[in-house]
Amino acid sequence: MSSLPSVAAPPPDQDVRSRLDARNDRWFAWLLKGCALLVLAALLGAAFATLWGGRHAFSTFGWHFLVSPAWDPGTDTYGALVPVYGTVVTSLVAVVLAVPVSFGIALFLTEVAPGWLRTPIASAIELLAGIPSIIYGMWGLFLFAPFFAEHIKPWLTAYLGNNPDGDHPSWVYDHLPFIGKLFSTDYPFGASVLTAGIVLAIMIIPFISSVMREVFMTVPTRLKESAYALGSSTWEVVWDIVLPYTRSAVIGGIFLGLGRALGETMAVTFVLGNTLNLSASLLDPGASIASTIANQFSEAVGLQKSALMALAFLLFVVTFIVLLIARLMLRRLAIKEGR
Amino acid sequence: MTEPNVRFDQVQPVGEAAVAEPKLKVRDVHFYYNGFHALKGISMDIPERQVTAIIGPSGCGKSTLLRIFNRIYAIYPKLEARGSIELDGENILDPRYSMNRLRGKVGMVFQKPVPFPMTIFENVAYGIRHHEKLSRKAMEERVEQALRSAALWDEVRDKLKQNALGLSGGQQQRLCIARAIALKPEVLLLDEPTSALDPIATGRIEQLIEELKTQYTIVIVTHNMQQAARVSDQTAFMYLGELIEFDNTEKIFTKPGKKQTEDYITGRFG
Amino acid sequence: METLYLRRRVTNALAILLSLAATAIGLGFLAWILWDTVQQGIAALNLKLFTTITAYGDTGGLSNAMVGSLIINAIGIAIATPIGVAAGTWLAEYANRTKLGESIRFLNDILLSAPSIVLGLFVYTIVVLPSTAITHGNTSFSGLAGGIALALIALPVIVRTTDEMLRLVPATLREAALSLGIPQWKLTMQVLIRAARSGIITGVLLALARISGETAPLLFTAFGNNYMALSPLDKMASLPQVIYQYANDPGEAMHALAWAGAFVVTMFVLLLSLASRLAFSRNKVSHD
Repeated sequence: MSSLPSVAAPPPDQDVRSRLDARNDRWFAWLLKGCALLVLAALLGAAFATLWGGRHAFSTFGWHFLVSPAWDPGTDTYGALVPVYGTVVTSLVAVVLAVPVSFGIALFLTEVAPGWLRTPIASAIELLAGIPSIIYGMWGLFLFAPFFAEHIKPWLTAYLGNNPDGDHPSWVYDHLPFIGKLFSTDYPFGASVLTAGIVLAIMIIPFISSVMREVFMTVPTRLKESAYALGSSTWEVVWDIVLPYTRSAVIGGIFLGLGRALGETMAVTFVLGNTLNLSASLLDPGASIASTIANQFSEAVGLQKSALMALAFLLFVVTFIVLLIARLMLRRLAIKEGR
Repeated sequence: MTEPNVRFDQVQPVGEAAVAEPKLKVRDVHFYYNGFHALKGISMDIPERQVTAIIGPSGCGKSTLLRIFNRIYAIYPKLEARGSIELDGENILDPRYSMNRLRGKVGMVFQKPVPFPMTIFENVAYGIRHHEKLSRKAMEERVEQALRSAALWDEVRDKLKQNALGLSGGQQQRLCIARAIALKPEVLLLDEPTSALDPIATGRIEQLIEELKTQYTIVIVTHNMQQAARVSDQTAFMYLGELIEFDNTEKIFTKPGKKQTEDYITGRFG
Repeated sequence: METLYLRRRVTNALAILLSLAATAIGLGFLAWILWDTVQQGIAALNLKLFTTITAYGDTGGLSNAMVGSLIINAIGIAIATPIGVAAGTWLAEYANRTKLGESIRFLNDILLSAPSIVLGLFVYTIVVLPSTAITHGNTSFSGLAGGIALALIALPVIVRTTDEMLRLVPATLREAALSLGIPQWKLTMQVLIRAARSGIITGVLLALARISGETAPLLFTAFGNNYMALSPLDKMASLPQVIYQYANDPGEAMHALAWAGAFVVTMFVLLLSLASRLAFSRNKVSHD
């Protein structure tokens, strides 16, 4: 036997096996990678397909498309302002309503409720996220909108706005006309921007509250305990310790809810009224990008179809940016946590 | 065994432990982890069919060294080993040395028992199947033989078709040993194999090591000095990435040559 | 001192009260929505629903929509599961902590909440339009196109759960298999995916629950059909799409049918999420 180190020829069968394994491994890795790249392709594809489909609208109207309130198939003029406004306002209303409720739920589930009650209630709230959006839409259309028209709307117009006949302005309407305008209408039905905002709020509450609950639970116990040890109350611990610690993730959760609300179709379409008019009042019907597409796309041809595609592109870009911000904010806490 | 074991390489192994024919010749092995110099020029001769224990405080590099012996470290990025480790005269760190062949020759058992999510039988047969094509009958014999060698056969012979996750921790670890020796390796690496087990299961594994060394070259990393003293023939003491002393176990534990070794085994640091 | 203490106590009591109220609001709406769906749905439930097609309008049933939903969902899951599991495996096993891997994981999370109606238009552009052009209008909207649209919605759910579940598999399991000389692909297919199996099944069930209620992406892909369509290349009705259509119809009897459909869809989705929870809790048990 030689005393020098050498690589003797290995038995041939084993070496063939090794080469075969290595080749299979390479193929396998490429196959998996290809599938992962499909995720990227889906996002890019959706953006490009809608941009491509909307190219006629964009080239015909230029930047006017973004600011024009006209949407008239009769004269074949299209502007995105009304549906964009409707989308943004319904989503903002939803977020404004959903955030305090979600925060309350997260607070209840992490600090207030007794241990045995937390899991069942959290599961129930999550159930709300599992209900298909079309069910929200139907419930909104048949039950909530009539309820809203009968009980909530008259109260709002009486105390914050101007009554339908227009000659009983409330104190708020006289002194704070901006708020007054938001709650004045002569539209008699339940469908409105506010109705859609409320239904959207119910839809996104489970998303926002479950993010908040999860990030609240990442706050180190010793941090909370030391605050309690100083005599802080539950509220003070949450407000002074938990919220500052989780701020970026809480904002991320809110943006996540906003992204959901912006892109939602079915829950909105049923209760928004689908009127392509610009109105300052939250109690007037309106239209959102998604509802306009859902209502018009099947029958649309030519420039109208292109304008709807262009709307879809705008919606996609806006939700992408909102969700991007959401994920970046959420990741910041994850990094702090060392996950 | 006619081969003289005196060698005149440039780097000489530490200590005089190599009394029998060396199975593994470790020469000037360095290891880098993200730029951190984790092993600093380890050289040692690991004798055939004996138990070699590697001891030292945590973070000394003992597990790292063990994980180089079958190049399992290579599955993670940014890890780099330099030097040479000869197994029967061939350098296993040479990239041309087939990984498949190496893993067939050098088996490994880990700290925590990790049975595959399969039946007990499949756990043992799975590795064999990758290396050899056996008839059903031959496979059954081979699995039985491996389970017998791992002193597990009598406990599982009636439940070979049951999921391995149902076994106790000690049984799972013996199953992992059976799985490793089913490939008929020449070297068996044990990385703190009893640290997750209770004293009774530990005793069984130690007894098993004693039996296995008649057939296999065993290298065991352990944080338990009594265990090293009980089961090993040779003991290496490592500290801060260096091999401080390597000698007969009895000598290491009764008359250590170095102050650091003595401090460690008498419990003055660690 | 006394007033400060009192104010702090009042603030705290108020906060706790409001958190209770918020939870009550959430649970109240859940109860309201579920109660109405169940009540109206059960009232409209009858055998004809399952045996008659939608062509008969308010005297018909929903059988073609139910069958259509099953076919479209099955296509969606059949496409999304292998791709999603493969992509999730790549993220967890091959690209963990690499730049490309992190980016794709991040973008997958965005796809998870992307507007489904836009994904529907995407599939309309890449599947419906080309197939119309190629077949000269013989095949335009189809159950297959609907299935592809739903696959895009199911995909990120499956990618994410697979990725998360595989990352829970202990590293030692990989090392143990590799130390036996098992190649990576075999290790992945035969050991790791098996170890994470029930978690991955959970993901697939969640994805199925998610797509079962989707309406918007089906409007311009599967379109709808008043007759029983079994070929994936035909226009196909689905429960959510028929609910959408019927609910917007002025007829009371159509509303009843829509409620019945809503009840069926909701029960299906809720049972699925229950099943996924069970699958997941079993996973936890078997992994420690």
